Amino acid sequence: MRHHIWTYGNESSTAGSAKEVAEVAGDTGARETDEARAVNEDEAASGPAVPPPVLVTFTGVEKHYPDGTQALAPVDLAVRDGEFVSIVGASGCGKSTLLRLASGLTEATAGTVSPSTGRISYVFQDPTLLPWRSVRRNVETLAELTGVPRAEYRPRAAEIIDLVGLGGFARHRPRSLSGGMRMRVSLARSLVLSPDLFLLDEPFGALDEISRERLGGELLRLFELRRFGAALFVTHSVAEAVSLSTRVLVMSPRPGRVVAEFAVPFGYPRPAELRFREDFTRLTAAVSRRLRDGEAT
Amino acid sequence: MSAPGTPGAVGADRLTALVRAASRALRTGRPRTTWRDRLAPVALFAIIIGVWYFVSLVALDRDRRFLLPSPDSVVRVAFLDGHNLAQLLRALWLSTSVALIGLGVSIVLGMAVAIAMSQARWIERSVYPYAVILQTIPTLAMVPLIGFWFGYGLLSRVVVCVLIALFPVISSTLFGLQSVDQGMLDLFRLHRIPRWRRLVSLQLPAAMPATFAGFQVAAGLAVVGAVVGDFFFKQGSPGIGVLIDLYRARLLSQQLFGAVILASLLGVVVFTFFGWLSRLVTGRWYGAETP
Repeated sequence: MRHHIWTYGNESSTAGSAKEVAEVAGDTGARETDEARAVNEDEAASGPAVPPPVLVTFTGVEKHYPDGTQALAPVDLAVRDGEFVSIVGASGCGKSTLLRLASGLTEATAGTVSPSTGRISYVFQDPTLLPWRSVRRNVETLAELTGVPRAEYRPRAAEIIDLVGLGGFARHRPRSLSGGMRMRVSLARSLVLSPDLFLLDEPFGALDEISRERLGGELLRLFELRRFGAALFVTHSVAEAVSLSTRVLVMSPRPGRVVAEFAVPFGYPRPAELRFREDFTRLTAAVSRRLRDGEAT
Repeated sequence: MSAPGTPGAVGADRLTALVRAASRALRTGRPRTTWRDRLAPVALFAIIIGVWYFVSLVALDRDRRFLLPSPDSVVRVAFLDGHNLAQLLRALWLSTSVALIGLGVSIVLGMAVAIAMSQARWIERSVYPYAVILQTIPTLAMVPLIGFWFGYGLLSRVVVCVLIALFPVISSTLFGLQSVDQGMLDLFRLHRIPRWRRLVSLQLPAAMPATFAGFQVAAGLAVVGAVVGDFFFKQGSPGIGVLIDLYRARLLSQQLFGAVILASLLGVVVFTFFGWLSRLVTGRWYGAETP
């Protein structure tokens, strides 16, 4: 028994089913995948007739580093358009490695990471801004340098700066901003590219509790506004993971593997009061317990 | 360091004090200028002049005073005498132009070499050893050779200057180019941003503070190179170096001191200029708003 399956009203997809989907996808292609998916989940009943496309697939992915440490045990995972998938786990369990693999910045040692079909954006824990550029120019950086025409990215950047609440700070330099505001700039810079798959590596890890919660809310709103197609989100915070996600994956300590998967039953848009509801608390408690069990074994 | 009985308590106290001092420094950016900060440099200058006077007028016999002429006699003979001043300024102008041309060549050449090295490991591995040799070679030993090869005119003076000033430009620019944040590089790689755009939009601006620090050191060295080359060539149009040699031979110690002071001042001016330029360029990064 590899997985703890949290059933919550609907039949949840597990890492097992994800693997199955991935295998089918590897063989013949999208249509059969869709059928397999429709059988496995009742998502098709409420969602669109054709399930959304898979953006990234991990099939038996392992990662060893040259010094011999194994960062990832075989991991199977698929992220579909419209999903917000969170990964929680202890530090050093290979969560970041998973994102680097998904982005293509690192190669897998074994198994395959399907080449992602859409645009990918990546946000690190550190905002990594250019200190000599103003907020506006920082937000425009990636769009500008990847060759998006100025007439296109300029109004889009301006709109997104307003959207993340930096309207009054477009001309400021990063040094004069708080940590939370710098992270907003970093988010905005990625969103200008309208990513299909948004990779977020503990983006709020360095922030204080209040900024952290507020930025989580902003990210949720951006997801609800469909500013990015799907997210793969790495975090230490179980409450953060549950409040944002459609699915929460729990990873074991090194070598990391997915030991449990929780489907989050709350729909979107999600109210801020969600965190105080009893079913929310119960779910976070279950995830936390699974996380602790994973560390014990 | 701390008392053996209560190491923790003492350590904690000192740590708290340290943290407080550090956070205070961070808050204000820089500690406030006090009367001591203003007075101390003036006092030190006064002491140096005082010791100079003492050695010159009290410690030295009258007939050995040429070893260290008093400050006022240096100013009187070297700077207030029209003929001597004109001679010094003419030489200064020549040395200045040699130093500036040499510095310009060093900056252009040094940055080009550093950029090439930053773009490919094989270039760095093959070129860097020669850059280090350039730094460790005794330039004075090279001066006669340079005279053979390039004659005794402006060209060889500039070559000496470049030999001395080139290395700091290369090493600091290379260091700056290679110290770019890894996350930023990952981001550029992820979005497949072309190499030249990475260089122009990320690496060069990020290297700016280090590069300017290198320019500043090179500027001081360029002046040294200009004077030293001149001093050893002893031919061609006379710069400060030739003049210093001339004054030494004729025991004109006031003029000799005047020439040394002018050469040092030139170095200070060029050094300060590049410090100012660096703050002008990178200082804006720290400002609250763009102009």
